[in-house]
Amino acid sequence: MTEAIANTRTTRKPSRYRWRRRARKTGMVAAGLLVLFYTLFPYYWAIVSSFRSGSQLFSSNLLPTIDFTHYRALLADPVFTRAILNSLIVAGSTTLISLVLATAAAYALGRLNFLGKRAVLLTILVVSIFPQIAVMPGMFELVRWLGLYNRIGSLILAYLIFTVPFTVWVLTSFVREFPRELEEAAIMDGCSHWRILTRILLPLMGPALASTGLLAFILAWNEFLFALTFILSDENRTVPVAIGLISGSSRYEYPFGPIMAASVIVTLPLLVLVLIFQRRIVSGLTAGAIKG
Amino acid sequence: MGSVSLHGVSKSFGKLDIIRNVDLDIADGEFVVFVGPSGCGKSTLLRLIAGLVPATAGEIAIDGEDMTEVPASERGIAFVFQSYALYPHMNIARNIGFALETTGIGRAAIRTKVEQVASMLKIDHLLDRLPRQLSGGQRQRVAIGRALVRHPKVFLFDEPLSNLDTDLRSEMRVEIARLHEELGTTMIYVTHDQVEAMTLADRIVVLNEGRIEQIGSPRELYRQPANRFVAGFIGAPRMNFAPVTATARSETVRLTGPGGLDLGVAGNWSATAASIGVRPEALSLATGETAKASGELLRVEDLGHEHLAYVSIADDLVWTARVEPNHETQRGARVGLGWPDDALFVFDGEGRRLGAQAGMRG
Repeated sequence: MTEAIANTRTTRKPSRYRWRRRARKTGMVAAGLLVLFYTLFPYYWAIVSSFRSGSQLFSSNLLPTIDFTHYRALLADPVFTRAILNSLIVAGSTTLISLVLATAAAYALGRLNFLGKRAVLLTILVVSIFPQIAVMPGMFELVRWLGLYNRIGSLILAYLIFTVPFTVWVLTSFVREFPRELEEAAIMDGCSHWRILTRILLPLMGPALASTGLLAFILAWNEFLFALTFILSDENRTVPVAIGLISGSSRYEYPFGPIMAASVIVTLPLLVLVLIFQRRIVSGLTAGAIKG
Repeated sequence: MGSVSLHGVSKSFGKLDIIRNVDLDIADGEFVVFVGPSGCGKSTLLRLIAGLVPATAGEIAIDGEDMTEVPASERGIAFVFQSYALYPHMNIARNIGFALETTGIGRAAIRTKVEQVASMLKIDHLLDRLPRQLSGGQRQRVAIGRALVRHPKVFLFDEPLSNLDTDLRSEMRVEIARLHEELGTTMIYVTHDQVEAMTLADRIVVLNEGRIEQIGSPRELYRQPANRFVAGFIGAPRMNFAPVTATARSETVRLTGPGGLDLGVAGNWSATAASIGVRPEALSLATGETAKASGELLRVEDLGHEHLAYVSIADDLVWTARVEPNHETQRGARVGLGWPDDALFVFDGEGRRLGAQAGMRG
């Protein structure tokens, strides 16, 4: 009796584990598909809706009918194109300024030894912890005082508050990992600090700069609260607010189609950029986490 | 010509003294190896000579010229780093020639020099590759090539072979020795590897806690260590030590210690003996009269060409003996240990070796 039980156990074991492994694998795939559907379907539905107008919008047909009416109307609208241009200027300058500031700061914080280095790093971290809404009243006063109200300059200033801490942190951890011997080798080879920075450090920092730059760009591009508060007139609006303020032909019509089309126009380029840079973004963000 | 001389050189990081008042003269063309336990300051001393780290006090002269305040790149020296420190984004040719780019000798001239050096190191087929496409040994050659191309007066090596596996390590060791013979340039080499130190060096500098313990040829350090530290550091497996009590007699000194140690040694020393040392290779398993100490055989390691026997002389004292492979002793047995009289080293309470005659064999 006992022998028989032992026997069946030993013969059943391998197949049971194989079955369990397959079940686990199937479960993982199913869960993965679910997550993909959850994240991608809204965007797909936005694209589908952007091609529709009128009562079509209420159709539950999953397949799109290609119709660029909304896109054409949007791109012909000077307010919207102006908003895109403003967004490009704001996000672009924010990214550029924070990268320049962060590179300098990262070199100092990651390489040099000075009094209060830790305090500076922690202050930078604390700044990025403040919720936007807490910063806003003070920021509003500052913007008024600087005479930047209703100018896109106010947004660049405000966005630096969250892009600079983030870029400084990522780049500092990158610089910290930068092997000291490489720098010493450059010194032995007769390099000045400038030459070390331009010939050795910056080329090697390229991927980190690209990824942090892209993330800073996305942050600035998507921002809504400051953009709504600091800008008064249509010609200075950035794209997220412009989309929010798109109105229909009458107050009873909700302009769902045009809004979806605008969202697609604004997010598609970013998606493409992220897909191109995704590998670098991951390696940039994990700089400092693992050796590589 | 590349002589190097250090005079009263010290280096402190904050309150931590890394190098303490080091005097050292290295002749032109000499191959000097710095050894010492980790943290002894050997790498810092090398960086001081290179100019990568400024000295806190003292003078550093290269080729008779005071270089203490001269920037690293103008001292006429080349540095080979432990991690090779090749520029990852430049190809091998650019890596080797990078130092020449600021000299303004022109692309063609740089290319010629790079090719010359590359063929000397047998890496001329790799010039267009990136460092990450190279094996460890090849990277090491590139690192050496980068040093060679500048025609330095002095080569500095900071544990250059420690990242290589054993086979490659001995191959590169031979290569570096060959290079030194061909070039005749002064080389200073930091390592913690005894074999590298013993085989490469004209003179070895033993460092401990930022001080020079002894300077001498490999043979001198092995046969006439100045103190217990050097005696224990040079030689593998390391020397066996035992504390002893000395009683002066008319013409000899009686040394008694653990494991039944009772030795009469002819010695007329100014200080009192406090410990003795015997190298494992001088020990042999002995019985009866010839045994000078005894203990329990803990374990025998079979290394093929030799056997290492571990004998517990006292509770907390294990001696290592290099014994003949054909011994017949069981683990746990009591064994006697013997050694020739001239293989005995005697040290005083401060670790200094007593009497030039003790332990002198060559």
